[in-house]
Amino acid sequence: MVEHIHSDGEEPAVTLDAFLSQSNATAVRLEPDEDARALIPHLDRLALIEVAFPKFRDGRGYSSARILREAGYAGELRAQGDVLVDQIAYMKRCGFDTFAPEKELNAADVEAALARWPEHYQGAADGAVPIWKLRHG
Amino acid sequence: MYKYDEYDHAMVDARVAEFSDQVRRRLAGEITEDQFKPLRLMNGLYLQLHAYMLRVAVPYGTLDSRQMRMLAHIARKYDRDYGHFTTRQNIQYNWIKLEDAPAILQDLASVEMHAIQTSGNCIRNISSDQWAGAAADEITDPRPWAELLRQWSSFHPEFSYLPRKFKIAVIAANEDRAAMRLHDIGIQIVEKDGQHGAAFYVGGGMGRTPMIAPLIKDFVPLDDMLSYAEACLRVYNRYGRRDNIYKARIKILIHELGADEYRRQVEEEFVHVKSLGIDPPKAEFDRIAAQFAPPPLDASAPDAIDRSDPDFAVWVDQNVAEHKVSGHAIVNISLKPIGGIPGDASSAQIDLMADLAEKYSHDELRVTHAQNIVLPHVRKGDLYAVWQALDAAGLATPNLDLISDIIACPGLDYCSLANARSIPVAQKIATRFSDLGRQKELGELKLKISGCINACGHHHAGHIGILGVDRKGTENYQLSLGGSGAEDVSLGTITGPGFDEDGVVDAIERVTDKYLATRTEGERFVDTFRRVGMAPFKEAIYG
Amino acid sequence: MKLLTGNDLKTGFVTWWTGADWSLHIEDAADVGEAGEAILAAEEGARRVNAPYIINGEATADGPRPAHIKDRIRALGPTVRPDLTLKPADPAAGDWVI
Repeated sequence: MVEHIHSDGEEPAVTLDAFLSQSNATAVRLEPDEDARALIPHLDRLALIEVAFPKFRDGRGYSSARILREAGYAGELRAQGDVLVDQIAYMKRCGFDTFAPEKELNAADVEAALARWPEHYQGAADGAVPIWKLRHG
Repeated sequence: MYKYDEYDHAMVDARVAEFSDQVRRRLAGEITEDQFKPLRLMNGLYLQLHAYMLRVAVPYGTLDSRQMRMLAHIARKYDRDYGHFTTRQNIQYNWIKLEDAPAILQDLASVEMHAIQTSGNCIRNISSDQWAGAAADEITDPRPWAELLRQWSSFHPEFSYLPRKFKIAVIAANEDRAAMRLHDIGIQIVEKDGQHGAAFYVGGGMGRTPMIAPLIKDFVPLDDMLSYAEACLRVYNRYGRRDNIYKARIKILIHELGADEYRRQVEEEFVHVKSLGIDPPKAEFDRIAAQFAPPPLDASAPDAIDRSDPDFAVWVDQNVAEHKVSGHAIVNISLKPIGGIPGDASSAQIDLMADLAEKYSHDELRVTHAQNIVLPHVRKGDLYAVWQALDAAGLATPNLDLISDIIACPGLDYCSLANARSIPVAQKIATRFSDLGRQKELGELKLKISGCINACGHHHAGHIGILGVDRKGTENYQLSLGGSGAEDVSLGTITGPGFDEDGVVDAIERVTDKYLATRTEGERFVDTFRRVGMAPFKEAIYG
Repeated sequence: MKLLTGNDLKTGFVTWWTGADWSLHIEDAADVGEAGEAILAAEEGARRVNAPYIINGEATADGPRPAHIKDRIRALGPTVRPDLTLKPADPAAGDWVI
């Protein structure tokens, strides 16, 4: 389920350093240069991980997202920042389920982008069945 | 050859629809050029000096006649009646209109072609040996492996915003005809205990900081290849430098980490990635490989060639190579007529090559990284007819691997990144050495010209390399000697101060004269250079 | 003199600011003086031209010419294909480029 985020009333995400040094936060924000694997011991108490995209060209957050999903994280995984409509299909495949773009996206364009790809060549973190598996049952 | 199934068609069609929509939004002003640029680049559309340029992917350099004819059609209908074959086995069109781009991609899709990931900071078109499936020295056809990688890397969600572009080459012969170790990942298919596997060389490249890729893993079984590639890329995506565009290629990461530390990180990631089940079953490889089954060649076809026409005999000696099947040959079509533009072909020439492939080469053509075209499966008995047709179209220059078979990037005549023109230098050198006897006397001599430090013309890998630079607003050319992109891979060394356009041609003549005076029996230019070193050549050039 | 140039958004063709509009021909280019930045901002917003930029030029008897070889090549066309330049019939056209 993909939705736009309105951040009213939710617990603010703390920095990775703050999260690792305080035990009760349930939301954390991960910068591009921070190691997603540092969160793996704590995934079961996290309700939100916000992955920052300060610039759309910086693709480290895609790996962060996959690593978190691959480690079994089932909570909300949010892409925040310079998030553009032409990227969200890939982001979703990497495991993001919510988006907080700095500049609001056109809802129709978002819908079209997410409906664009009929299938996918490779497995990722969205549970989609890759084409090779469809070919061979 | 690989044929699309319903899934491949659907993916390419979806991409055409996506890009058509992106172009529409750009023309309507809904997205800025800054936002549109990475999107058009992932579809191969650049803005160059005079117009938009479209780079069309030719996966691992393989085409059939229908696809080749479509390339001619696009040149005729949307461009100015010619195309430019590139050092990455692709084709570029120099005069494309943005508003025509969706229609062009649609035309390409109708023949199972596209421009996907021919630019941008993503995994680019996979390149390979242009003699794949025909070469006498290959252990297997590398193209099924390349096709497996092509599908895995197409629209890869995690690796579409890498620190920088990423180029992969796959070969399966000991002779390296694809500059494999000068790629971000170079894969050589090797045999161990009766099984084929992939040797991974990672972190090679040309550009500003040329590096030869170190061996990272000597044998990755087929069942693990995509997981291993995924691990290589993930380490790069996470830790490759993003602070400086000139240090963002994977070669810099590996250089800074050291090959051992990079390997350790990849191995650790690989153990994890392998648990995700991303490698397709053997059945998928077999499905792909079946489509690359060797064409039905008659091994009892006559081996003799009637050499009574002397011009034909000269061409056979220079441009025709041994095929793995008796009675057949590999025809190399030179796109380097003396004084011409390296790699350019007119629509009519492209159509003619398509016709010849259909009639004489089991419908197959290849593009080479040296910007030539190959007809891979020609009966020796048909060579004379093929030569006559090529000769009539100006495509029978007998100069393969000689000094006039020059690799040259488009340079400042077309490219917005270039600092100097490349093509006029290539033309002057080829004209100076136009005498075929003189060229043959010099033997194998790979001359490569780049118009800027990005090295699209592979100058670091030239036996003789030329780099065009901008010196206070005038074109200046640096000369380097001793590079090679083949199995004897090496990087060239700069001779000294640069030259103007005519000066560099003179300098090359002094270098070749010195070689002729210095060589021992059987030595190629590069062998002599390696034996005697730079000093005598420097002396010959600068006095 | 200062010239303003870019590529047409739809076709990609090289264009020159004439003082009121864009032209494919360098002969029509106007000296923008100090006004380049303001025109550039307005014209980029108008979406007719892609990535416009200001260059140094010089006035010659034949009209304005860009100072740098790169923009002189842009103004004419590829030096290796005179048939595709803006002046295919003028064999001397290449001379002012280099």
